[in-house]
Amino acid sequence: MSGPNTDYDPVEVAAVSPAELEAARDAALAAIAAATDLEQLKAVRTDHAGDRSPLALANREIGALPPQARKEAGQRVGQARGAVSKALAARQEVLEAEHEARILVEEAVDVTLPTDELPLGGRHPLTTGAELIADIFVAMGWEVAEGPVIEAEWLNFDALNLGPDHPARTMQDTFWTEPADNHVVLRTHTSPVQARTMLTRTPPIYVVCPGRVFRTDEYDATHSPMFHQVEGLAIDEGISMAHLKGTLDHFASQMFGEGITTRFRPSYFPFTEPSAEVDLVCFVCRGIDSDACRTCRGEGWIEWGGCGIVNPRVLQACGVDSERYSGFAFGMGIDRTLMFRHGLEDLRTLFEGDVRFTTAFGSEL
Amino acid sequence: MKAPVSWIRELVDLPESVTTEMLTDRLTALGLKLEAVDSADITGPLVVGRVLTQDKEPQKNGKVINWCTVDVGDANGTGEPQGIICGAHNFGPGDLVVVVLPGAVLPGGFEISARKTYGHVSAGMICSARELGIGEDHDGIIVLPPDAGQPGDDVFALLGLDDEVIEFEINPDRAYALSLRGVAREAALGFDVPFADPAERELPAVDGKAWEVVVDDPVGCPVFAARLVSGFDPTAPTPEHIRRRVEQAGMRSISLAVDITNYVMLELGQPIHGYDADKVAGALGVRRARDGEKLTTLDDAVRELSVEDLVITDDSGPIGLAGVMGGATTEMSETTTRILVEAAHWDAVSMFRTGKRHKLTSEAGKRNERGVDPLLPGIAADRVVELLVEHGGATAEPGYTLVGTAPERPAITIATDLPARLSGIDITAMTTVESLRAIGATVTEQDAGTIEVVPPTWRPDINDPYDLVEEVVRIVGYDQVPSVLPRRATGRGLTRTQRLRRRIGRTLAGAGLVEVVSFPFVGEATFDKLGLPADDPLRSTVGLANPLSSEEPAYTTTLLPGLLDAASRNVGRGAPGVALFETGTVAFPADNGPAPIYGVHARPTEAELEKLVEALPVQPQHLAVVLAGERRRAGWWGAGADAGWTDALAVVRRLAADLGVTVEVTSAGRMPWHPGRCALVSIDGVEIGHAGELHPNVCRAYGLPARSAAVELDLDALMAAATEVVPGPAFSTMPLAKEDVALVVDAGVTVAAVEAALREGAGELLESIRLFDVYTGEQIDEGQKSLAFALRFRAPDRTLTEAETGAARDAAVARAAELTGAVQR
Repeated sequence: MSGPNTDYDPVEVAAVSPAELEAARDAALAAIAAATDLEQLKAVRTDHAGDRSPLALANREIGALPPQARKEAGQRVGQARGAVSKALAARQEVLEAEHEARILVEEAVDVTLPTDELPLGGRHPLTTGAELIADIFVAMGWEVAEGPVIEAEWLNFDALNLGPDHPARTMQDTFWTEPADNHVVLRTHTSPVQARTMLTRTPPIYVVCPGRVFRTDEYDATHSPMFHQVEGLAIDEGISMAHLKGTLDHFASQMFGEGITTRFRPSYFPFTEPSAEVDLVCFVCRGIDSDACRTCRGEGWIEWGGCGIVNPRVLQACGVDSERYSGFAFGMGIDRTLMFRHGLEDLRTLFEGDVRFTTAFGSEL
Repeated sequence: MKAPVSWIRELVDLPESVTTEMLTDRLTALGLKLEAVDSADITGPLVVGRVLTQDKEPQKNGKVINWCTVDVGDANGTGEPQGIICGAHNFGPGDLVVVVLPGAVLPGGFEISARKTYGHVSAGMICSARELGIGEDHDGIIVLPPDAGQPGDDVFALLGLDDEVIEFEINPDRAYALSLRGVAREAALGFDVPFADPAERELPAVDGKAWEVVVDDPVGCPVFAARLVSGFDPTAPTPEHIRRRVEQAGMRSISLAVDITNYVMLELGQPIHGYDADKVAGALGVRRARDGEKLTTLDDAVRELSVEDLVITDDSGPIGLAGVMGGATTEMSETTTRILVEAAHWDAVSMFRTGKRHKLTSEAGKRNERGVDPLLPGIAADRVVELLVEHGGATAEPGYTLVGTAPERPAITIATDLPARLSGIDITAMTTVESLRAIGATVTEQDAGTIEVVPPTWRPDINDPYDLVEEVVRIVGYDQVPSVLPRRATGRGLTRTQRLRRRIGRTLAGAGLVEVVSFPFVGEATFDKLGLPADDPLRSTVGLANPLSSEEPAYTTTLLPGLLDAASRNVGRGAPGVALFETGTVAFPADNGPAPIYGVHARPTEAELEKLVEALPVQPQHLAVVLAGERRRAGWWGAGADAGWTDALAVVRRLAADLGVTVEVTSAGRMPWHPGRCALVSIDGVEIGHAGELHPNVCRAYGLPARSAAVELDLDALMAAATEVVPGPAFSTMPLAKEDVALVVDAGVTVAAVEAALREGAGELLESIRLFDVYTGEQIDEGQKSLAFALRFRAPDRTLTEAETGAARDAAVARAAELTGAVQR
């Protein structure tokens, strides 16, 4: 369908002959397909699609054709170049993907190599344990109260119905500060925090007091001159032992798992009346087949702490109207609680500062 | 308190079906806590044997052994006499003895078998009391009374070996349970069975005086009873059942007279003292001791008496520390035939103080200081007389001295629904009344739901309505208390300080530090180890009057000693490096005089409370860090790095950044830090602590790697400075312009000074400034250093031109030159 070409040059036109074009295109496509890496493909691109390639030359010759022939020749050259260009792009993509894949394979590392350049930190379980306990109570709407560890004798003893001649004072071997008649002690329990709370706030009061306490116990696997307690105090209208039981059951199950409840046994504490010892269902054997249980030594129960209804004498000393309000209080050792919960054999591991101990617990309990 | 089950059963009619375990469970539920149950640790054949023959065979070593044949009935399965070797000599043919046969196990896991010894096969053993764990007597074997039984009879029951002894932990409010009378009463209560009160006795009418007694202090001694026996046979042995019970209770058997007084004390709870009446000169007196008086007590200790001590006197002066321990001069002996029996009721507080003052604990003192039934003195004295007559052949003299009467107990008024209200258990008024009557109280019903209750005489602990509530609730059962959560707590969550403390701990743990909890006790040697000068304020401590160790007699003023010890321990255990932190209380003396002691019947006033608080030591919370040895580990990635002063400051800055606190750091020399590598850390010009490298002497003293570093900060001050509400930062998204400058300054000029000058000179376009290199060496003069800073500029609203950035840089350099003498390289 070509029209007349006045400037027809038979030599150059030969380059755009359909056969030549097809041959050049096929040669290009074959070379592209044969390229096995990006380097080869780059060479193929130069040879078959570069400025000096047969198809580029053919393209340049189109202008030399007579106008009536240009369109058809242009189409044919364009199609051939398009096919080559497309094949190049496709091949490029394939080879690039292969290349990337190969690099990724080559870059593989031994992931078992150690990565411990930076040391591991950790918070002490006594800290995180006290926080865990505090959180259990805060979630119930309680607050966390604190007080000084070096405390006035009056707050540590007298205000708590432990008069100077109370036999219970001998049960707590107290560190006295110098001079001994200064009436200042290292607190023997966190109860003075309860007294301070009652002295400074008005009911309803719901507080837990975790903290460090001291007694003149010789240091061994189960005793320490310094240990940690958490005490709780609720003062409100109509408070009864049932509320105490409910609170401790909740605490126990949160701390040791669902179904772990408490039991009360009559006991004696000057600051509570009635008073009770709190036992915990053994969270290992759960009271079933206890005989072989090492945790509770066959008891099915574990002694956990003490509790009771706040003695009205304490309320009186702390300015709480004991006719209107009643309260309950409880206390247990945090160290001891952690020893059960985590199966610690020796109390001293808590105070040695060995990083292998502490890091095992991470930064939350 | 140790109570034999057989003795309990003698006083309470417990059904046979009640096992010891049921008994202890029930008593524990009532408040007498089980400590242990002791029983004879013997299994296997233990029988009566009759010695048939006894051949004395001298041995080469000079000893003589007995080769015996013993009739043990059919207990050995053959009925033939048993051949046994025995080393004791206090028996002969025809005697009844205790024989343990092969297969038995004696206390201590001692297994009995037939074995060859001294040329015979000894098939068993003839036992002594000690071998059976029932006494200390090892001088000879047990010779049973002729009517004890027939050969082959089991002797467990005969020797009381089948008896279990329950050991209770008795709380201070249950002093009445320091007696079989009290324990049995609780058992009767627990199983709702009759109780035969051993204190119910017909007492003889007072018929003249047993002895002249003058009580000068009726407050200290409200009741004093005395009886006299004569013709007592001091050689009479203690009957087996009394001896056994005294020993089961954990006391030693001494002599018949002493054993009887102890036996009656165990039975009734009333301490009793027996005097050799022939050694008592004149009337007995009761008074407080006088200044300078001394007394030799039964334990042979010479005691300097206090004017607060109650004493018993005769014409010679004090002869006994009243209610606690008798004196040596009137002690009963092996020649005593006239015994003066004293049983008195003493003021418990006075007893407690005397015991404490003389560091004397006795069975008598233990009961007297907790409070004894004031009705008991006459009863107990009469019971002692009865036993002395029965077992010691004594004659009771007719006189009976009884000075004083038991104080009246005031009635307690209580609402009948109080037990229900305080326990949460549905307890009716009737249950309340019945329970109180069950414990021995006298209950009178009043109008309008109240009752008047007079507690029983043996319960001095019951004084308040709440005390009565405990009695009712323990009888109803603590296990009846329902479990109900209170619903009215409406707290405000953790306080800001509490949240900050957690945050600080997490930040430090995140920085690779491990928390430590250490003891706060220190001494002079601790401060010497830290190299603190003699006048260092940290040496001014709150001392302890009774420290556990005389080496560490004070509460600490710094957390570093504990941390350094812990670091040293870790290094000693092979840790290549350790990074520790601790937060805790330190204390400084307030020197505001003693803390007042207020009454307890009303709340102290605000002013009084303030005085109380002021008397306490100043107790800030501190934070301390110790970094020792490897901080970043060496590994396949390359070299590691040891901790140094920079790590200490890095911790401070990281913490400050996390809390939104700007800390200033200046150079300071302070022990225990390296004098040239210690930073004083301040907030707004107020010092909050120090950080840096430890002094080499301190590293050596603690055995820590060189260049170990430490931090100690006032945590309260740091938390107080923490930004409460962070203002949202405004920042530009315009392009950044970078300018680096290198400035040469004298070596003594601090980076902080140069940086501050640059910052000041650069003006508002400066976004950040950061030192990225420090150079000293050939290319600059000696005594100088080159500091390279990266300055970053950005405008809030436009792209900065080169001219603007250049001008800002030049202004910065100019200001640095002006203030620090810096010269741009």
